[in-house]
Amino acid sequence: MTETNGYQFGFLDEYAKKEVRRSVLKAIALPGYQVPYSSREMPMGRGFGTGGLQLTLALIGAGEVLKVIDQGSDDSVNAVNLRTFVEMTCPDISTTTKTQEATLIQSRHRIPEKALTERQVLVLQVPYPDALTVVEASEDRRKAMHGEADYSRLLVKLYEDIVTFDEITISHRYPTRINGHYIIDPSPIPRFDVPKMHQSPALILLGAGREKKIYAVPPYTEAIPLAFEDVPFRVEDFSDAQGRRRPCQRCGCRLSYLDEFINSTTGDKVYQCSDVDWCNDQLEMAREQAA
Amino acid sequence: MSYVAIKGGGRAIQGAEALLEYLRTEQGRGGLPLDLETIQSQLRFLHGRVMSEGGLYHPELAALAIKQFMGDSLEAAFALRAYRSTKPRLCESPVLDTGAMRLVRRISSAFKDIPGGQMLGASPDFSLRLLRLELLDESPERFQEIAASWLDDLPDDKMPDSLPKVLDHLRQEGLLPKYKVNLDSEPFDITREPLIFPVPRSAALATMARAETGSLLGIAYSNMRGYGDVHPTVAEMRVGYLPILLPHPVTGEAIEVGEVLITECEVVAMYEESGDHDIPRFTLGYGACFGHNEVKALAMAILDRSLQKGMRDGPANPSEDPEFVLLHIDGIDSMGFCTHYKMPHYVTFQSDMDRLRTTQKKETLKRVKEKQQ
Amino acid sequence: MKEGMKKILELDSFSKVYGRGCLRCFEETGPEQTNICPCCRSVVAAHDVSFSLYQGEILGIMGESGSGKSTVVKCLYSDGQPTAGVATFYDNGQHHSLFDLNKAQQRQLRNQRFGMVYQNPNLGLNFDISAGGNIAERLLMSGDNNYGRIRQRARDLLRRTEVLPERMDEKPKNFSGGMQQRVQIAKALATDPPLLFLDEVTTGLDLSVQAAILDLILEIQHELQTAMIVVTHDLGVIRLLADRTLVMKYGRVIEAGLTDQILEDPQHAYTQRLVASAL
Repeated sequence: MTETNGYQFGFLDEYAKKEVRRSVLKAIALPGYQVPYSSREMPMGRGFGTGGLQLTLALIGAGEVLKVIDQGSDDSVNAVNLRTFVEMTCPDISTTTKTQEATLIQSRHRIPEKALTERQVLVLQVPYPDALTVVEASEDRRKAMHGEADYSRLLVKLYEDIVTFDEITISHRYPTRINGHYIIDPSPIPRFDVPKMHQSPALILLGAGREKKIYAVPPYTEAIPLAFEDVPFRVEDFSDAQGRRRPCQRCGCRLSYLDEFINSTTGDKVYQCSDVDWCNDQLEMAREQAA
Repeated sequence: MSYVAIKGGGRAIQGAEALLEYLRTEQGRGGLPLDLETIQSQLRFLHGRVMSEGGLYHPELAALAIKQFMGDSLEAAFALRAYRSTKPRLCESPVLDTGAMRLVRRISSAFKDIPGGQMLGASPDFSLRLLRLELLDESPERFQEIAASWLDDLPDDKMPDSLPKVLDHLRQEGLLPKYKVNLDSEPFDITREPLIFPVPRSAALATMARAETGSLLGIAYSNMRGYGDVHPTVAEMRVGYLPILLPHPVTGEAIEVGEVLITECEVVAMYEESGDHDIPRFTLGYGACFGHNEVKALAMAILDRSLQKGMRDGPANPSEDPEFVLLHIDGIDSMGFCTHYKMPHYVTFQSDMDRLRTTQKKETLKRVKEKQQ
Repeated sequence: MKEGMKKILELDSFSKVYGRGCLRCFEETGPEQTNICPCCRSVVAAHDVSFSLYQGEILGIMGESGSGKSTVVKCLYSDGQPTAGVATFYDNGQHHSLFDLNKAQQRQLRNQRFGMVYQNPNLGLNFDISAGGNIAERLLMSGDNNYGRIRQRARDLLRRTEVLPERMDEKPKNFSGGMQQRVQIAKALATDPPLLFLDEVTTGLDLSVQAAILDLILEIQHELQTAMIVVTHDLGVIRLLADRTLVMKYGRVIEAGLTDQILEDPQHAYTQRLVASAL
């Protein structure tokens, strides 16, 4: 055990890490089931990724390569903060911004654009672990509903949505059924990222710190967003007025999730890849082709 | 073309931290760093509150946290709690007897006279909340004199260190339920186990003992005002130093290793029909926390009583609902989650806009069609 | 019942006691006494109730409040656990022992094979979702996943129960009491259940509305051959709907038989008084 800055490797005491790892094993064995764990207080606020961080710290070891992103960016304030903390308390690991180099990726709100592989683990930060909260406030009753796979009230919510708006209005945190039983809150990833969970070669772990739950989408597991046969699930639409897919203004990619903002000098609306590493890769490839 | 939006995070954090550090030291050459003993002594109520809400009795680190976070009680308790996460649980104390407390204050509002007598102690309850303007410019000499002369004037007939508990008296009279000592069940350790409802009473008590004072008070107050009906009488409120016993590593014998300042409150509420062939008796509510914090101990005692009712009959009010109360009183959880809304939510907001634009488009089309018809 | 009729439900020696219960509960309570045990203060809500029910048949259970008539139906519908007794539900060649089911099995039967219409529409309907959504909930629970088909089925059911299909997207809290009962019936029928429970469905409605709802129930019985248990204190409802009737008092069945016979020639003094006062 290495002492670093007065704190031991991985910050948490070994009992806490062991408990997290045991919860992870249970979560993998019961795909989509929310495993309660005691969830220690971390030195950053609840809601800043303390659940994801506890997973990362419990799983990380020497030789591991970590990538941390927030909103698709390695350099956003929160990602930097989390990465710095892991670097400080886990001296023998290395970090990267390249998706393909990472063995462990902790992310808030996005799944990387580049397809993940079997040797990678994706850790998602979760503010609200239970998709049933919108229809049932009591955790006790929700637990019974999950056990019986009683999701009719959630489906009725979708039905009522279509009646009122002619559309399913759930934007992110889209309820997704795992392995034919449990419905999960896939964390606040956009709908665009939900299909990446389906049959993913990489293990996906979801950690909620404040709500003290860990759940998993194991590799090659079915992950189906809730929808109707005749009202299918739809991802975000990035087409322009003519119906053409908007490209990223920086790399030209027409396949990625885009951030939209106003150019402060021209006042124009600008679209750009939300996944920074992906955007850089596309630029690099374009340059190589040009050369 | 440069990447717009979230860049330079690392630099920004460093800048923000440097600025905070400047604020802490902005008095410059005219200032002196806060002395940790001064914080423990002169900010004692804040200090006790931070230890209580942080869930760690460590007077020195609690004082450091108050200094470092410039008196923000939520942040200071938070830092103490995070420090605690790094420490393994090595051993447990046996159940401690608060009858053995070295008391500094002890009152009962149930009886005019109690065995051992009322002991008002240090309390602002009956003093006028008038600003003492002479303290605006308090001289060190005058300040140092007060404590010295107070000790000189102390009468010789000192009260005993510990006093019997008021409830023992009521229990002997048969007005209270008998102790049910449950040797089979270990007290619930909220730092090692998640709350899975329904939870035992010990889990509820532990959660409330490190709850944020204001949150606890707010929910207890709702019960006092009419969203509930505990109507408590304070059988005893005691403040003092509780001896801590730990098993000797070799012999296993319980030995005293030190003492902690705690506030303990026991309230008696109206009697009710007893379920188990017993005659009706008063019911009890219990509250206790680190430090001298009577509002917290009393609010907790009321909520303990209301939660027991909710656990038995089902909640009729928010203060009787264990899920509602226990999941919303932790200062570290609630403050963290509140703060997190300030973080970037670009991706999810993009997704929200997508949904709104799609439904707006559909609605507009529908209206155009309706007009044409 | 005639030979060859399909049996739907068999209830044998059903009892339900609220409270601790003691050895003397059953001998100290009954139709000539009270339903509260003088020894232990437990309430004997129902004791030794047995009956069978056949396809397309309507069984009436009549009694005043406290007679135990609703207790029987509640337990059959898994809204309560009986103290003793066996209930067997015969369905498509299978039989289910209703009091031995786990929660998921109970929920599945309640949703797909039973229908319930309560006196208070608040219990049967979710007032925060549309009338159509209420019906959709049952269809969604039974696995239908086609929005268009669910809408069409809800529309048909509302039309059948004489609710204007144009109002299907409104919330039932805006409806009149009679209309709410119709929506409840439509919801109960959503999955074509072979067994329907009706608990005081017309109580509190205007007379003309009552008559229309009772007509609707009879039409459904003829069209769909649904077996029904009708719980009521109203002799008029029994007369109009029930093929056979149980009369209950203080938790016991005091009279059972063909409705016509009971009305023509009541045996028990209590029933005699009831029939006389209604004439």
